[in-house]
This record gives sequence, structure tokens and C-alpha cells, in this order.
Amino acid sequence: MSTQRPMVEVRGARKSFGAVEVLRGIDLSVDRGQIVAIIGPSGSGKSTLLRSINHLESLNSGEVWLDGVQVNQPLHGQAFERHINKVRQQMGMVFQHFNLFPHLTVLENISMGPIILKGMTKSDAHALAHSLLSKVGLADKIDAYPSRLSGGQKQRVAIARALAMQPKVMLFDEATSALDPELVDEVNAVMKQLAAEHMTMLIVTHEMRFAGEVADRVLFMDGGVIVEEGPPGDMFRAPQKERTRTFLKKYLSA
Amino acid sequence: MQGLDFTVVAPYWDLLLIGAWWTAVLTVSAGALSFVGGILFAVTVLYAPKIVAYPVRALMWVFMGTPLLLQLFLIYFGLAQIGIDIPALAAGIVGLGLHFAVYNADIIRAGIVAVDVGQTEGARSIGFGKWQTLRHVVIPQAIRNTAPPIGGNLIALLKESSIVSVIGIAELVHSAQLAISETFRPFEFYITAAALYYILNLVLEAALRLFERHVEASR
Repeated sequence: MSTQRPMVEVRGARKSFGAVEVLRGIDLSVDRGQIVAIIGPSGSGKSTLLRSINHLESLNSGEVWLDGVQVNQPLHGQAFERHINKVRQQMGMVFQHFNLFPHLTVLENISMGPIILKGMTKSDAHALAHSLLSKVGLADKIDAYPSRLSGGQKQRVAIARALAMQPKVMLFDEATSALDPELVDEVNAVMKQLAAEHMTMLIVTHEMRFAGEVADRVLFMDGGVIVEEGPPGDMFRAPQKERTRTFLKKYLSA
Repeated sequence: MQGLDFTVVAPYWDLLLIGAWWTAVLTVSAGALSFVGGILFAVTVLYAPKIVAYPVRALMWVFMGTPLLLQLFLIYFGLAQIGIDIPALAAGIVGLGLHFAVYNADIIRAGIVAVDVGQTEGARSIGFGKWQTLRHVVIPQAIRNTAPPIGGNLIALLKESSIVSVIGIAELVHSAQLAISETFRPFEFYITAAALYYILNLVLEAALRLFERHVEASR
């Protein structure tokens, strides 16, 4: 396993918004099939790190690699545009606020990527959408518009939409933070199913219990750096750093 | 003083209907041009490089700041003088279309800006390019959200289309004037023309309502 190249690699990532440095030198390597949970207080840079991986934020310095290909290649203009569009097709991103397309049905939301970007035939794309919807338990919603769905259903459709591109890695940016508590489990169940299928995943989350159940590794970020990382058992039971202990105490007692 | 007598309209009914037909043709073609042009103007002003965006914005200012009548004269008579001879109907469609495209562009521009940035991020994260995102995700939503004011402009365009009678297009007002010149009965013919405009507008409004209801399904 050690000779295998990592699926996702971040080297020396730095990012500032104006005078505020949000990422202050992040190094991270995620193996194929590994599931990494990123935890930390608001403003710690965990979402920015995730968004930098598929270049929704561009780093000030540092490199991001996906399966041996540099994501933030030093290309310009149209050349970079072509490159990044190709790379993003290989990464699924799931957002806190779902970002489904409200003017399209569930079926169209899921199938438009494969049809337009991969040149898949309509019937193949629709069959794919159907099977993905069955997987997330929403086959009966295939013709619904997103506005008719609950938050949990929207997020499951959003996951199906990302999976339709057959990505190498899935990035979850607080996928359950906007959901009513009783809807969180149905989304977590889908993520657990992906974990069981050995999908490589980076999960930014505030849910320590879920992180503990699903992740192979937990990263604690604060102030734009990775303070501490380890297997969930060690991280939650015996964190080494004082900063981690304080943070976890607040969360686990809540 | 003459009494009102609408029987004078009957022999000219065909003429008026042909006029109404051309009004409909003008509205549909200039309306389509104003819609497509509105989208193109809006996208250009928002996303094109400055060297393109600024001249387009200036052109829009000219169209917004001068009377439609003058624009029609310029397109039809002015361009003919410098050797660009455009048929009256085409000049009318282009003049009306561009005039209302400018107003639509303002509305659509605001509609595009108002689409949540998450929509763009959602599309880009799948791998859609800038233009694909605009075309498949942002603009369709901007159009849906601005359908009522754009529809309002279309209704205004239908009524304003009467102005192209001045460059000799045989639309409804022009037909009415022709009939009046033979019968000297302005009141009856203008009232009849007004009724026909009203009917055309009812049809147009019904079509717009149908579209809006279709859009409502996705809300």
C-alpha cells in the first residue's frame, strides 16, 4: 500500500482572504479508499481546504494533486479552464446547501452532467440516474422538482448527482449542517454506504459521532493548520494536544 | 356632425385583419429579437472583456436614451442614405427588437446577478465550464425569475409596434389610417383597431400566463 500514490495530496497549502490567512501551510495525503473526517471550529479553514481541493478556492501557494494529476496547474486562461473542468469531473462535491438546480427535475439534475460532459446517451444517463436514485432511496422522486423535496432528500439527490460523474473522490462540505436533526441520519446512511463501497472521501463535519463511526482518520484543524490527526479512536478518546481536548470537550459534552 | 356608424368598417374588415396579422408578425419577430438580444446584451455587459463590453454598454445607452421613432428613422432612412438599404419590415423588426432588447437586458442582467452563487459552484463542481454553467444553469433561472417584467415588455412592444406605421409598414394602425383616408371615419376605425389590439394583447397575456404557470411547477 505504501508504494501506491495517494488519491488526494495537498502540499504546503496557503490561502488568504484579504489580510486573513485562512490556510497556513497544510500538508495532507489521502490514500485510495480512505475516509478522512476534518473537524474543527468555525473559521478554522476546514471548508476552505476542501474547496481548495477542487479549486473552488485557488490557493496562494502550495499544490493539490488528484490521483497523480496536479489540480492547480500553473496554466492560464482557456488552457486552465479546460484542465480544471476535466479534473472536477473526477471529484464529487456535496455542499451544505445542496445547490441542486431548481429549474430541473431530479432526473435532469443527475443526468445533465453525464449527458453534456461525458457524451452519454440520454437513455444510458437516465438508467444511471435511476439506479443512483434507487441507491439513495429516492427512485420515486425521479420526476420531482427539488422544491418538492425535504432537505434530507435534496442532499441525497445532490449526492446522486455527484456520483453520476463516477468520481474518484467525494468531498462533503458540512453535508448535514443545514438539515433538521431528524433528517441527518438518512444522509449519513448514504455516506456510510459509500464508505462500505470504499469510496475515497473527505468529510468536513461538525458531527463527532458520525466522524467516529465512518472515518479511518480524523483531522483536527484550527487557525489554518492541522493541529492533530489520528484514527478516530485515539483522537476522540486520547487527544494529545490541549487545543484538541478543549474543542472536543465542548462538542462531546454537548 | 356625423353619427357613429360601424357598418362602414365591414368592407375594410379584411384590410384590418391583415393589419392585425402584420402587427402579430412584428410582435413575435421583434419580441424574439428583443429576448435573444436582451440575453446577449446582458451576458456581454457582465462577462465580456471591457473592450467589447464598454461599446455595447454605450450602444445600450444610446438606445435607452433616444426615442424609438428616431431610431426607426435612423435605421430606415438614415442607413439608406449611406447605402444600407433595409426593407421597411426588417427595419421595423430590428428597430423594435433592439429598442426592447435594451430594456430586457437590464432586467436579465439583474436576474443573472441574483442567481445564488451556489448554483454556479454546484455546476462548476460537476465539471461544467463557465459558458456551460451560464447556459444550462444560470440563464435559465434568471429568465424564469424575470419572466413577469420581460412579459410586460413584450406587451409594451405589441402596443409600441404601431409606431412602425410611420415607415410604411402595413400593420394595424397603418391599415386603419388607410381605411380612414378613404372613408373619413376616424372614430369607427380607430375604435375597431383599438379593440383588435386589445384582443391581441389578451392572447399574448394568456400565452405569458401559460409560461409562468409552467415555471411555477419548478418552484
